[in-house]
Amino acid sequence: MSSTGNGSKSPSVLPEDQTYDAQREPDRSDGPAAIEVQGLSKAFTIPEHRVTHLKERALTAFKRTEHRTFEALKDISFDVRKGEFFGIVGRNGSGKSTLLKILASIYRADSGTVKMAGRAAPFIELGVGFNPDLTAVDNVTLNGVMMGLSRSEARKRLDSVLEFAELEEFAELKLKNYSSGMMVRLAFATMIQADADVMLIDEVLAVGDAAFQQKCMDVFHNLRDVGKTIVLVTHDMTTVEGFCHRAMLIERGNLEFIGDPTEVCNRYLRTNFEDSLGVEAIKSAKGVPEYHTRKVDAWVENGNGERIENVEIGTSMKLKMILQAQDELVRPTLTVQVRNANSLAVFGMGVKSGDPGMPDRLAAGQKLELEADLENVLAPGRYYVRCFVTREHAGDQLGLQPIEMTSFVVFGMNDGGGVVSAPGEISVNGVSA
Amino acid sequence: MSTIEAESAERPTLIRGPSAVGGGRRRFWDLLVLVAIMDFKKTFFDTALGYVWSIMRPLMLFGVLLFVFTQIFRVGDQVAHYPVLLLLNIVVFGFFQESTGAAVTSVVGQEGVVRKTQFPRLVIPLAVVLTGLFNLAVNLVAVLVFMFAFGVTPMWTWLLFPVALMALTIFTIAVSLILSVLYVRYRDVGIIWSVVGLMLFYGTPVLYPIEVAPEKYHDLLMLNPLAPIIEQIRVWMIDPSAPGAAAAAGGYIDLLPAVVIYVVICVLSVVLFAREAPRIAEEL
Repeated sequence: MSSTGNGSKSPSVLPEDQTYDAQREPDRSDGPAAIEVQGLSKAFTIPEHRVTHLKERALTAFKRTEHRTFEALKDISFDVRKGEFFGIVGRNGSGKSTLLKILASIYRADSGTVKMAGRAAPFIELGVGFNPDLTAVDNVTLNGVMMGLSRSEARKRLDSVLEFAELEEFAELKLKNYSSGMMVRLAFATMIQADADVMLIDEVLAVGDAAFQQKCMDVFHNLRDVGKTIVLVTHDMTTVEGFCHRAMLIERGNLEFIGDPTEVCNRYLRTNFEDSLGVEAIKSAKGVPEYHTRKVDAWVENGNGERIENVEIGTSMKLKMILQAQDELVRPTLTVQVRNANSLAVFGMGVKSGDPGMPDRLAAGQKLELEADLENVLAPGRYYVRCFVTREHAGDQLGLQPIEMTSFVVFGMNDGGGVVSAPGEISVNGVSA
Repeated sequence: MSTIEAESAERPTLIRGPSAVGGGRRRFWDLLVLVAIMDFKKTFFDTALGYVWSIMRPLMLFGVLLFVFTQIFRVGDQVAHYPVLLLLNIVVFGFFQESTGAAVTSVVGQEGVVRKTQFPRLVIPLAVVLTGLFNLAVNLVAVLVFMFAFGVTPMWTWLLFPVALMALTIFTIAVSLILSVLYVRYRDVGIIWSVVGLMLFYGTPVLYPIEVAPEKYHDLLMLNPLAPIIEQIRVWMIDPSAPGAAAAAGGYIDLLPAVVIYVVICVLSVVLFAREAPRIAEEL
């Protein structure tokens, strides 16, 4: 809990992070505060047996209702500076969404204070309050007012919202006749047009197709560049590393760490690594979390050797990674894992010392280049590449470090749905009576 | 986006969390009016006759009741302008009944906005009542046409109608608030209210004027705060010789129980709603 400072303190564990520094400028840690949170606590009472009928209420009126308390947040304090892109990271049930809802005035805190500069607009879910029986025009107006615009302001923004969503021709169509894709576009356009001083966002990125997600990413880049204050709750580490100026990690209602996003990501991945498919084997051999390797670069190439972010389904692609040892790595192993947007590990590939080209040890400062040749059979969507690097210590102990490498988007048609479109043919062998 | 620079001098101020009216007065009114208008639009969206239904519904009910009470029970024979009185009562009581009926599930029905946006909770039941008022306004036009058609002479007391309507609207809001917020915790409220609503329909002098009911029940009937309102509307709008609120109760003192009940329900609604509003999102 002692790490409740602001971002000017640099994390002590990691030597220094070079990867995203260029993007993270300017440093806003001395700027004015946009959000000040002091000693925030929130507990939910969960009745063992929920009373929802008056009869039960009458019968149990003189009994003590049994319930347990679930402390969702315990004495959380932090500041968010103006113009900062601030990430809140934590596992499911860690309290991160509860925190966002308190910031958004949806839940009331049990104790502690929240101070906010200007108007905050929450985006807990895309298209909240959209009414299927109303037209796009009515819905956008209503939503704008809900987000804090005046009625005339909301009407003025109507055109730009519809333009962004590319839905001008369908302005007078009722939402129930919209396709889900159109609905998502409209919802997102409405959201970014709300133009609040502070935007509180809860993983809205998790929806839509790959092209739409790319558009979201572009918008977030934009919002960041124009200096919006944004609080983003997520468990996608690529977003945290790619966007956030600072981030904080919540675990079981406690503030575990606040500061450098890379450090937050590493800590998060460590708290999470038991669940991770690629780590199971290592865990059984007593893996301990360490920092011994850093990412130099990672990218995706097409067949012609050009760097790309969007890969068409069915084409060949190369995954390229450059890692640098920060410390001596004895008998290192590398496991590359590709996960989809639902955090499902779709496949993994590994190299260990003894494999062709893989050295028995890497000295500190030495770089290792990896290349994976792939036939892209992944279904459309966004994918995240993670790498687990281990080294051996004396005995059977392993030092383990998870590293977020890169992400890419797969586009194209996938006839049968599913996670992958497996190579192969289906044919009709004959028709019989 | 240039506004950001201008506002950057602004200091963080304390936010008080969710409440009945949170989020600024202007936003509150904007939301209230918009939600009510959209609700009103929505009700008749896919119907061929549109707003005509808003008038047709009470008129059809009126037709049935008029037949029953003039041809079968013959209540109307002794009452001046019975058909017009019946229509006016149906329209006015219908406002109370439809608003409170829709209010019960209103907050729960708006679960999405309550749990996921910063929505002032009070807007939801208020918008239901406001939508009811729009309907009432449309219906009153029809009533006015009938009043002239049946030869009710215009009176200066018609100008007092808004006073009675105000009393009725406040009571309707109070009941709506209580129902909507109780329903969040106890789903029984929906069933209970459908029964109580029916009791009120027959217990309030809607189908019959108060003097038709046996004398011994007058005290009981006049405990219902809706009864004096309906009776007073009758005096002001249709029949100046009718007993009116005070006379029907047996004097101004006897009106007191109804007034007390009225005030208690109003105060209770405000206290209850203010207390529950911040926690609605968690209860849902």
